[in-house]
Amino acid sequence: MELSPPVVRVRDLHKSYGDFNAVRGISFDIEAGETFALLGPNGAGKSTAIEILEGYRDRTSGEVSVLGVDPQRGGLGWKSRLGIVLQSSGESGNVTVTEQLTHFAGLYPRPRRVAEVIEAVGLEPKAKTRISKLSGGQRRRVDVALGIIGRPELLFLDEPTTGFDPEARHQFWDLVRRLKAEGTTILLTTHYLDEAAQLGDRAGVINDGRLIDIGAIGEIGGADARVPLVRWRDASGTLQEKRTQEPARLVAELAAASGGEPGNLEVIRPSLEDIYLGLVRGSRPASGTTDAADALGNDAEVLA
Amino acid sequence: MSRLETDSGSTTRAAASAERPGSRARSTARSRSSAGLATVLRVGLSRIRYETRIYFRTTDSVFFTFLFPFIMLAIFTAAFGSSGNVGAAPDGTGGISVGAYYLPGMLAAGMLLSGVQNLAVDIAGEKGDGTLKRLGGTPLSPLSYFIGKIGQVLVTGIFQAALLILVARVLLGIDLPTEPGKWLTFAWVFLFGVVTCAFLGIALSALPRSGKSATAVVIPIVLILQFISGVYLQFYLLPDWMQNLASVFPLKWMAQGMRGVFLPDSFASLEQSGAWDFPLIALNLAIWLVVGLVLSRVTFRWIRKDT
Repeated sequence: MELSPPVVRVRDLHKSYGDFNAVRGISFDIEAGETFALLGPNGAGKSTAIEILEGYRDRTSGEVSVLGVDPQRGGLGWKSRLGIVLQSSGESGNVTVTEQLTHFAGLYPRPRRVAEVIEAVGLEPKAKTRISKLSGGQRRRVDVALGIIGRPELLFLDEPTTGFDPEARHQFWDLVRRLKAEGTTILLTTHYLDEAAQLGDRAGVINDGRLIDIGAIGEIGGADARVPLVRWRDASGTLQEKRTQEPARLVAELAAASGGEPGNLEVIRPSLEDIYLGLVRGSRPASGTTDAADALGNDAEVLA
Repeated sequence: MSRLETDSGSTTRAAASAERPGSRARSTARSRSSAGLATVLRVGLSRIRYETRIYFRTTDSVFFTFLFPFIMLAIFTAAFGSSGNVGAAPDGTGGISVGAYYLPGMLAAGMLLSGVQNLAVDIAGEKGDGTLKRLGGTPLSPLSYFIGKIGQVLVTGIFQAALLILVARVLLGIDLPTEPGKWLTFAWVFLFGVVTCAFLGIALSALPRSGKSATAVVIPIVLILQFISGVYLQFYLLPDWMQNLASVFPLKWMAQGMRGVFLPDSFASLEQSGAWDFPLIALNLAIWLVVGLVLSRVTFRWIRKDT
């Protein structure tokens, strides 16, 4: 596998709209079978970069290869190997779920079975319902179903779970894992950092048109960003915090020193979300919110 | 949730699919390109079924495109039916009923609506709501997409015309031509006109800046054409300059062709040149067909790139 070329190869990609530089020189590879999460705030250049890979937009400069083809020259044969789930759209939907999937299956040379895909996205009870009558989350599942009906080698998922309830999101994650197990290469963008952590092998963080970090999900942001944080209120009522690899020892010392329970004690292990926010703000995360063992009163300003 | 079929053969499938139609490989063998054309046609036919199904499920298209000529025919017959026959002698004898006079115009209006109005609004809407963007990410050939649209216009247009003629005969008691030659003329004017209108509709869909503004842009154009081209107003009563202006556009000629089929030959004297001028009808439609084809080809995009 080491010798096979990357499914996606991007080198020094630039994209300008007039005076505005939406993408300013990003480079990354996605290997076959990998799930790569592209993270970044709204307007960072994520969607522009992905639409260049999908062939929707032309780049200003740089090199791009997707499945060995320059997307600007991608023909129908190339498109038949891709699955694209765009950000949600407002199509009128005067066809049923089954009709829509059957029609789209007919566009691909090697489609999946329609019933199988409907079942995989959990829409069996709605198979004969018109898409216009579905809820937002159900319509999103139809989008996902249309993205995978053609049995893609490379699947683009642009904020796929927007509007899903928690159960639907977990079902969707299972589906993505099955696709991955089959060898599908996946490029995912999402605002849910837990989703990236659940599904991604590697992540890239885009901000202001630049790739500010890239690496394995467990390593992104660097080791320092993952050092647990202990926060407490001291005897004078001042909020104190300290980063340490040995939070238990620190807590024990605090308890011994104060002779009682330190006020508002929190032990915080930075989540991907905290690390991401720290990266995007151009600094290491100052604090976090999750994994706080015995969080006593979750202060509203913890993320400040 | 069930397991998705495991795809161990994805590499060989990929290799096969890479050679499907649209692949830019120069080495495309003859057999392979004919397979490509077969795919384009097969998918095009499935698009026709899909598009026609959606057409009849969309209230707007059923009312403002399909039923509109029926409604107008009913209104004209009810409003002017009592004021005597059209083209009657001064003593009130002869001539034809109001319904019989308006039937050709309504058939022509149906062709225009099914082609121009229907497709211009439909495609502009598909551009606006993301339908085209989604299709642009699939291996759908634009040619198959066009076959689907033109086919939908043909299917719904033929159905509409047949129903109009049936209503005219059965409900309004209008006499229909009996000579096979007239029906042959009807067939070519109708098919030529509908296909021309379909391409003009695709071309016009590039004009609205958004799906929401499509009806506001398209309907006035279509409406004005109907007024100046002898659909609602009797063409021979219009001032010369208006007749000349209308003669630039295809609707006037389609309506004239339909009058040539359905009105008695004595009515030819009311036309601009005193004759039905079928060769000129063919010439005008041919020019507009070329204009529509070229504009469709030049302006059509799955998405507006780089805006």
